Amino acid sequence: MELLSGADMIARFLKDEGVEYIYGYPGGAALHIYDALFRQDDVKHILVRHEQAATHAADGYARASGKPGTVLVTSGPGATNAVTGIATAYMDSIPMVVLCGQVASHLIGEDAFQETDIIGVTRPIVKHSFSIRHPSEIPMVLKKAYYLAASGRPGPVVVDIPKDMTAPTERYEYVYPKKVKLRSYNPVTRGHTGQIKKAVELMLKARRPVFYTGGGVITGNACEGLADLVQRLGYPITTTLMGIGAYPQSDRQSLGWLGMHGSYESNMAMHHADLIVAIGARFDDRVTNNTSKFCPTAKIVHVDIDPSSISKTVRADVPIVGPAGSVINEMISLVQGREPANPEALAEWWEKIDGWREERRGKLYEPAEASEPLKPQQVIETVCRLTRGEAFVTTDVGQHQMFAAQYYKFDKPHRFITSGGLGTMGFGFPAAMGIKQSYPDDDVVCITGEGSFQMMMQELSTCKQFGIGVKIVNLNNGSLGMVRQWQDLNYKSRHAHSYMESLPDFQKLIEAYGFTAIKVERHEDLEPALERAFADKTELVFLDIYVDPREHVYPMQVPLGAMRDMLLSKTERT
Amino acid sequence: MRHIISILMENEPGALSRVVGLFSQRNFNIESLNVAPTEDETLSRLTVTTVGDDRVIEQITKHLNKLIDVVKLVDLTEGNHIERELMLVKVKALGTQRDEVKRTADIFRAQVVDVTPSVYTVQITGDAGKLDAFLQAMAAIGVLEVARTGVSGISRGDKVLGL
Repeated sequence: MELLSGADMIARFLKDEGVEYIYGYPGGAALHIYDALFRQDDVKHILVRHEQAATHAADGYARASGKPGTVLVTSGPGATNAVTGIATAYMDSIPMVVLCGQVASHLIGEDAFQETDIIGVTRPIVKHSFSIRHPSEIPMVLKKAYYLAASGRPGPVVVDIPKDMTAPTERYEYVYPKKVKLRSYNPVTRGHTGQIKKAVELMLKARRPVFYTGGGVITGNACEGLADLVQRLGYPITTTLMGIGAYPQSDRQSLGWLGMHGSYESNMAMHHADLIVAIGARFDDRVTNNTSKFCPTAKIVHVDIDPSSISKTVRADVPIVGPAGSVINEMISLVQGREPANPEALAEWWEKIDGWREERRGKLYEPAEASEPLKPQQVIETVCRLTRGEAFVTTDVGQHQMFAAQYYKFDKPHRFITSGGLGTMGFGFPAAMGIKQSYPDDDVVCITGEGSFQMMMQELSTCKQFGIGVKIVNLNNGSLGMVRQWQDLNYKSRHAHSYMESLPDFQKLIEAYGFTAIKVERHEDLEPALERAFADKTELVFLDIYVDPREHVYPMQVPLGAMRDMLLSKTERT
Repeated sequence: MRHIISILMENEPGALSRVVGLFSQRNFNIESLNVAPTEDETLSRLTVTTVGDDRVIEQITKHLNKLIDVVKLVDLTEGNHIERELMLVKVKALGTQRDEVKRTADIFRAQVVDVTPSVYTVQITGDAGKLDAFLQAMAAIGVLEVARTGVSGISRGDKVLGL
């Protein structure tokens, strides 16, 4: 039996829980905890330069590793700065525990210095939150926090810790809780067998089936099972932005990803399907377009671990509440030894799909002449080729994000790391930091734009301090590209505040932090610059690549239309 | 359609705000809400009346169930149930009004629970319709103040909402 202060309990618990990294920033209310971290070597603390970056870094780590990320911030502004990152993790169901310092219990409610009701502020954007009311509760509350964050449909959990709970003079017994039970929380461990049978019957009878899978397949470690099931049946598969990599994109059955800027063939296939098998996806508005025109001839099987995701926006014909992995395995065992009932119809279906593929082959974008500015698409294709499609790719939000998703081809899960639900500019660079720490031997590339990068560029300093060698590919078009695209399409090219005047000289800026920056303007400089950047995995290199500001992202679904209603270029539409 | 949802939840600080917050966050509607501890001091029972079509009610119950503090819930309107609300009403009671108030209260099986030379305070229980009818009957005399608890309910028969 051991007596520890609350602060020491936190440090010890993190070690016992197997936490490797904490991303954080100190401040008054968290100082007892920081002192406890100082007196141990097991858990590494990464000091960021802004609390939002701490949450994104922990988030990136969680997305790449599948383990919960850990954040430590102080009360008041420390905690409120973390809010955007918490919301980002919430929208994408990322496991994360955020430990927030709080003013001492006797000061709560008195508008004390650096006091914020962070439990109240974060209530709509957390899976759950706790307030510590006695130091002896700390081990069990933290255990619950990690359990809740990582189980079921994962999400961020906030733990508010008043300063007096961590006082060094107050010591209590510490035992690491091996088990945790919450009477009101029992995530499902398997789907309803009757429903799964019904789904499999529909799948075998289908004439124009499509698998539509999301981030839940990656979170649920169900990618191998998914590939097995999809290949046994020989059906086409499209994924959401969050589901990229769950199924190898280089495989013939993969149609790429779907939705607003998804591939032509995946949106066409969805629209014409007679059966959609959705697994771990949530029929988000960026996927469905107008739900009243969504897939008019399709029956829908919807597998999700979260019952509230089912029939939320689109009614499911066969709802299955359960984890992707076990449901997929049950489907495989039911499919085993059986063949789809309509091989001719399926052959026709594939002919149609291959036809859609052919229609757009070689027309996705117009390559630039050597005298013209580089196209962002060709930059991404080159990055993909030079990293053999194996890098961890993080993005910020906007055109570059869509180009990265479209032109980098992923065959593995956990590699494309992007803020899908919240669409948080500033996410990419700190997320890349969090990944690189845990995967030092891999290429970690942040594909960004000059708008997004400036939202979190202070983290260059963190990379300096901790020797974090990420590569930053800045697609510099001197404007907020996606905003500008919408203004071109919907506001007669009135570019209200979508330009970036007075951009910094990125080369000098990066050099001020002691890193290498390479400016790329000419076509022939692109490949050598990238080769130079990827030569050394330990070195941070910033590539400032000037790309065509007039470029738009296509395909683009037409507002209020069906999935098949798309603009295909500045002059073509379906 | 109107639904009465009864919720057993952890008797913890902040639990109520999670339930109420959910309704505003997701644009669901609260017509009335009532909450108090149960015979088990670790649990509170919260009854909320809400309006929505089947799709909305399904989403409400699913999202409520997702809250970690919610232990169990039932949509009472799915089966036979008893619903009650308690109301305290202050009405003007001068001269002939005093008899009129008393008579009407008797008709509604309400009780006068406090008296001053000019005011009666009446207590009445029943479903929302009965309470509304009583207020209507009193309107002409002059209602000064109303305090309603919001609907509380329980299912009929052997069915029990418990752990």
